[in-house]
Amino acid sequence: MNITREQVEHVARLARLALADEELDALTGEMDAILGYVEKLNNLDTDHIVPTAHAVPMENAFRDDRIGPSLGTEKAVSNAPEAADGCFVVPKVIE
Amino acid sequence: MLSKYEVVIGLEVHVQLTTDTKIFCHCATRFGNQPNSQTCPVCLGLPGALPVLNKKVVDYAILTGLATHCAIAPRSLFARKNYFYPDLPKGYQISQFELPICEHGRLEIDTQEGERKTIGITRIHMEEDAGKLLHDSGTGSRVDLNRACTPLMEIVSEPDMRSSDEAIAYLKKLHQIVVYLGVCDGNLEEGSFRCDANVSLRPRDQKEFGTRAELKNINSFRFIKQAIDYEVERQAEILDDGGRVTQETRLFDTATGTTRSMRGKEEAHDYRYFPDPDLVPLLVSEDWIEEIRKSLPELPEVKIDRFVTEYGIPRYDAEVLAAERATADYYDALVKEQGNGKLCSNWVMGEVQRALNESGLPVTECPVAPQQLAGLLKRIEDNTISGKIAKQVFDGMWQSGRDADTIIEQQGLRQVSDLGTIEPIIDQILAANPEQVAEFRAGKEKLLGFFVGQAMKLTKGKADPAALNEVLVRRLKAEG
Repeated sequence: MNITREQVEHVARLARLALADEELDALTGEMDAILGYVEKLNNLDTDHIVPTAHAVPMENAFRDDRIGPSLGTEKAVSNAPEAADGCFVVPKVIE
Repeated sequence: MLSKYEVVIGLEVHVQLTTDTKIFCHCATRFGNQPNSQTCPVCLGLPGALPVLNKKVVDYAILTGLATHCAIAPRSLFARKNYFYPDLPKGYQISQFELPICEHGRLEIDTQEGERKTIGITRIHMEEDAGKLLHDSGTGSRVDLNRACTPLMEIVSEPDMRSSDEAIAYLKKLHQIVVYLGVCDGNLEEGSFRCDANVSLRPRDQKEFGTRAELKNINSFRFIKQAIDYEVERQAEILDDGGRVTQETRLFDTATGTTRSMRGKEEAHDYRYFPDPDLVPLLVSEDWIEEIRKSLPELPEVKIDRFVTEYGIPRYDAEVLAAERATADYYDALVKEQGNGKLCSNWVMGEVQRALNESGLPVTECPVAPQQLAGLLKRIEDNTISGKIAKQVFDGMWQSGRDADTIIEQQGLRQVSDLGTIEPIIDQILAANPEQVAEFRAGKEKLLGFFVGQAMKLTKGKADPAALNEVLVRRLKAEG
């Protein structure tokens, strides 16, 4: 076993996923299988290989610091479930 | 109580950059506009929108790295920092993690003991700011995403500071540098320069650091000092009682001057960073670095030394003048035009500063340009006017925008030093005040001041004080 049920629960909580018991069991098995598969890489010598962050060999995509049109308040909040005074309204955040 | 423990402080500073647009989209970064007016699919975190890096942000990060003696990474990456909070629309913040743009820098501070101390800079990385949450409305919280995606540099120091005073010295130095570089407007109230402080204590003979508390987002130098001092006392009490400090995030309460724990944030530290697939690696060539190095301005320390050696002014003057780049530039331009370093520093620190303070104008908008002020100071040096009249001329220049010579001529302020003009005036005064003349001749010599005053009054302050004194003394004594 590479991964425990508790770890899957923890990751699910971080991702705000509510999982039923059966789902947790199933996912633990699936994730374990995935990790087991990737584990094969540990058999290779990767000491001198730069970690691959991107699948496409590309670098340095920039834009100039020039202002372009924004959506504007009305459009920006038009799809919000709740809005007021040009702001998105979310459930009260308590600190 | 505190002498038992050594205080260990490391600082994380978030510097908001002065670019016109956001870090990954072309929305404007202006402060205080209508909520959500400066947003687009990228900074709203709408599905399918792609971030593209603002090149100027990289320029600014390299510039700051060079100014703080950092190594600039030839290859760096952007990463996603994952957490949920309503001010973060994507569910992650784009930041840098494993490969930041700058590392291994340093900054020199002057301690209160008058020693120079080096504070290490661990790293500088680029990231986007979150939006703004407003809690003051009734049922829900409101979210304004104008600030979301605004470019920030996070500058992380080594835990090298040993007192709140050293922490403040470091912050002021860093603040001065980023403002000098022009990469930050330095506005603390608007949150352009925000600080988190990691504070821990350890027994003086212990090598390992103690457990630290992180003080979050404090936006004034005074509050940072208060927060650290409070935290040091709080931790010392815990340790004195044989207790253990909890590693946690604490908020500073400006109303009570105390810090309090932010509950339930431990889980949030599991950020699961990974490289952002939307942003390709950033490669910085030697050529790029050299190009930025050319735009590196003269920094305060170097400027102070140059003012002292080149212009021959006291170090104190140099420090005051170099504190702000705009003031230093004004002074520099003035001396280059006029030549007399000390006369110029007196005027910039005196009259110019006073007039700016009274009008609330920044030095960049000073109505009297350095070249104009130089014209005025030349007239003091060649004795056309006295220093006192010069202040009057300066006020005239300030209000009218006219040159010193124009005002001197128009208002007839030219200093009177030729004897042909002064002698008759003195005749007149001596004739009008026979009693004082007698008293003077009887030995009451301090009455000289009275005669000088009378003469100044009659000449409206224009008489050359040296010539006046000489003639007065000669006449009063000669006819005795």
